[in-house]
Amino acid sequence: MLNIKIAALMLAAIGFASTGAAARDNIQIAGSSTVLPYASIVAEIFGDNFDFPTPVVESGGSSAGLKRFCEGIGENTIDIANASRAIREKEIKACADNGVTDIVEVRIGYDGIVFASQLDGPAFNAFTPSDIFNALAPKVMVNGELTENPHPKWSDFNNELPDTEILVFIPGTKHGTREVFEEKVIASGCQATGALDAMIAAGMSEDDAENACLEVRTDGRSVDIDGDYTETLARIDANPNGIGVFGLAFYENNTDRLKVATMSGTSPTTETIASGIYPVSRPLFFYIKKAHIGVIPGLQEFVDFFVSDQIAGPTGPLAQYGLVSDPALADTQATVAAGKIMGSGS
Amino acid sequence: MTNNGMPQDLPIPARSLKSTNAHSRRRLRAEKCFRALGVSAMVTALLFLLLLVMSIVSNGLPAFKRTIMSVDFVLSQEQFEEAEAALLKTGVYSDFFTQSLVETIQALDIPIEVDQGTINRLLGKVGSILREHYRSNTDQLGQAVTFEIPMASRVDRYYKGTLSREGISSNNRFIRASDLDLADTLREAGLIRQTFNWQFLTGVDSSVDNPGGAGIGASVLGSFFMMLVVLVLSLPIGVAASIYLEEFAAKNWLTDFIEVNISNLAAVPSIVFGILGLAVFIQFMHLPQSAPLVGGLVLTLMTLPTIIISTRASLKAVPPSIRDAALAVGASKMQAVFHHVLPLAMPGILTGTIIGLAQALGETAPLLLIGMVGFVARYPDTILAGFEGPNSAIPAQIFNWASRSDAIFAEKAWGGIIILLLFLMSMNIVAVLLRRRFERRW
Repeated sequence: MLNIKIAALMLAAIGFASTGAAARDNIQIAGSSTVLPYASIVAEIFGDNFDFPTPVVESGGSSAGLKRFCEGIGENTIDIANASRAIREKEIKACADNGVTDIVEVRIGYDGIVFASQLDGPAFNAFTPSDIFNALAPKVMVNGELTENPHPKWSDFNNELPDTEILVFIPGTKHGTREVFEEKVIASGCQATGALDAMIAAGMSEDDAENACLEVRTDGRSVDIDGDYTETLARIDANPNGIGVFGLAFYENNTDRLKVATMSGTSPTTETIASGIYPVSRPLFFYIKKAHIGVIPGLQEFVDFFVSDQIAGPTGPLAQYGLVSDPALADTQATVAAGKIMGSGS
Repeated sequence: MTNNGMPQDLPIPARSLKSTNAHSRRRLRAEKCFRALGVSAMVTALLFLLLLVMSIVSNGLPAFKRTIMSVDFVLSQEQFEEAEAALLKTGVYSDFFTQSLVETIQALDIPIEVDQGTINRLLGKVGSILREHYRSNTDQLGQAVTFEIPMASRVDRYYKGTLSREGISSNNRFIRASDLDLADTLREAGLIRQTFNWQFLTGVDSSVDNPGGAGIGASVLGSFFMMLVVLVLSLPIGVAASIYLEEFAAKNWLTDFIEVNISNLAAVPSIVFGILGLAVFIQFMHLPQSAPLVGGLVLTLMTLPTIIISTRASLKAVPPSIRDAALAVGASKMQAVFHHVLPLAMPGILTGTIIGLAQALGETAPLLLIGMVGFVARYPDTILAGFEGPNSAIPAQIFNWASRSDAIFAEKAWGGIIILLLFLMSMNIVAVLLRRRFERRW
C-alpha cells in the first residue's frame, strides 16, 4: 500500500511540475542535417562566450525543420530553422497561415557537393555533368538517338574514366542535397548531352522533359541513400568501385578514406567553390522568427554572433570545418543587425 | 545389454523397452537429430552474441581513453581583461595559450618547426577550458597553472592506432605528417600522455569540431529522468488497469474491445507515439520541447501495453484456488487481490515492467519528433530542470555521434553503446533483486 501512496505522490509531483513549466531560456533550432554541424559549432562557442545557455540544435532535414518553424509563434515552437535550400513560397504561405509572418533570412555561406570514391579504388579525374547523366539516367543519347541506358561501365561513354562497373550512391529524395545534385549535375548533363532536346523533339512538353531528365535508372547502378553521409561512406568502404555524393566538409574530414573526383577539371576546395569555378555548390540558410527576438533570451546576440567575421568569416571556425564563407557576409551582417524581414524590399 | 543385472527370477518381458527395433531406432534418431539441431542453434546464437559483444567492446573501449597534453601556462591580469573584452573571448584565450606553448616548445630545442598553426592542428579546443577556469579562479591570474588539454581527434586516433601516418594525404587540412613527428617528440618528453577519459563519462555533448570535450554524462541523466517518469507513470497505471480488467471488470464486448486494442497498441511502431506526443504534449498541452518529461510521457504510452499484457498474464497465472480461499475466509474482493493475488503475481509484473523499460530505454524514433535527438550541451541545474529542461537520451546521443563526419565520434558512439548496455544491465539486476525479495516475502 505504501508503494502505491508513494507512486501517487510522485505522480502528483510530476503533474505539478508540468503545469508550472518555466519560461524557456534557451534558443531552440531545428532543420537541415547539412547545417547542423555548423550550427552546433556556433552553439557551443556561443555557450562558452556568453552567459546565455547553449542553444539546442536538432536535425531532421530542411523540410521538417521549416515545417516546425511554421507551426506558429510561441515558446513551444522553434526560433530558428536551418535549411540547405531557400524557403519555398508554399512554406512562406504555411507560415503566414499560422501567424509566422516576419521571417529574417540569413545566408551563412556555401556548401560544396563532391563526388568521392575509395582511397584505393579507381581514380575519377575526368568528370563532367554529362558523364554523371550518362551513368545514371534511364534514357541517354547514344549515336544521336535517345535509347535505354546501355552503359554498364564508365569507360563506355568516356574513355578517360576507369574501366569499372558504374555504381553511384546518391542522396535520397528527402535530402536537400538531392535537389542540388539534380539541378546542378543531372539537369545540366541532360542538357549538355542533348537528351533534353531529344525529349522535346519527341513530343514532350518542356516541363515534362525537364522532369524526365531528373529520373535515375532503376537497375541497381544508382543507389539512393536515405541516411546520412556516414552511411554513404560505409557503402563506399564495401564497394571499391563505388562512388558517392558527399558534402565538402564531410570529405575533408575523411581524406584518409576517400579520394575526391574532379568536376569539369576542377577539384573542389573552399577556394574553387567560393569563386564559383567548381560548379556544384549551394547556399546554406537559416530563418529566424522575428517575433521571438527580444522574447527568447540571447536570440539576437546569437544570430549576430553567428554571422560575425570571427565565426562565419574565411578564417573562422566554420570555414575551418569546411563551410565556404560567403563573400557578401557584410550584407548578411547588416540584414541581421537591422532584423530586415523577407519580402521587405532588397 | 537388455537385462544385465536383473534378478534371474523375474519373468523376462516379451520385449524390453530398452531393446531397439527399426521403429524405435527411427524415433531415437529423430530425437538425436533434434538435440543436435537444438545445440547448434544455441551455439550459433552464442557465437553471434559473442561477436556482437566483442565488436562492441573492441570498438568502444578506445572511447574511454584519451590523449592529453599537460602544459604550464600563465595568464596575466591584462591578458584576462583583454580576452574578456573581445567578442570571441575563447578565441583570444586560445591565442594566448598557443603563443605561450610555441615559445615553450621552441625552448625545448626540438629540430621541428613550430608555429601557431601546428599547435592548432595538434590540440583540441583550449579556449573554453581556459575561460571557465580563470573566470572562477581569478586569484590564479599571473601564476603558473597546469592545464590538461585534450589533443585533436587525429592525434588521439594516431595514438589509439586507428589512424596511420600513410593515411594522411598532403592536402589534409586537419593534420600533417610533420605534426605527428612533433607529437612523438613531445610524447617522449612526457608532455603528451594517455589517460582515462573521465570527460567521456561526465561531460556534455560537444560540437563536431571539438571531439575531445564530448561526453555522455548529460544524456545518461536525461535517460535516467525519462525512465523515472516512465516507471512512475506506467507501473501504477498499467498495474491498476490490468487488475481492474482481470479481476473486477465484467466480461463483455467493451472489455473485449479494450483488450484487442491494447494488443494492437503493443505492435504500433514507436514513431507513431512520437507523432502523438508532438501533437498532444507539445502543441496542445504546451509542454517544453526536448524535455525528458515529454520523452518520458511518450515512452510511457509506448510501454503501457507491454506492462498491461505481462501483468494480466501473471495475474492469470495465479491459481484460482488462492482467490477462492481468501474469499472463503471472508476477505473482500479487494483484500483477496491486494493481499494474496498481487504479491504472487509481483515477480511476473516486475519482469514485464523491466522488459518494457528496457525497450523504452533503447528507443530513439519517438524522441526524434519531440526534439530530444540533437545537439544539447548542458546539464540540468535543478531536479525540476532535469525533467523539463532540454536534454538528450543515451540512444539519441549515440545516433547523433554515429552520423558525424569525424571518425572519432564513431568510437564515441560505440563507447555510448557500452554505457547503454551497463545501464540496462544494472536495471536488470535491480529487477532480479526486487523479484527475489518479493518471492521471499510470500
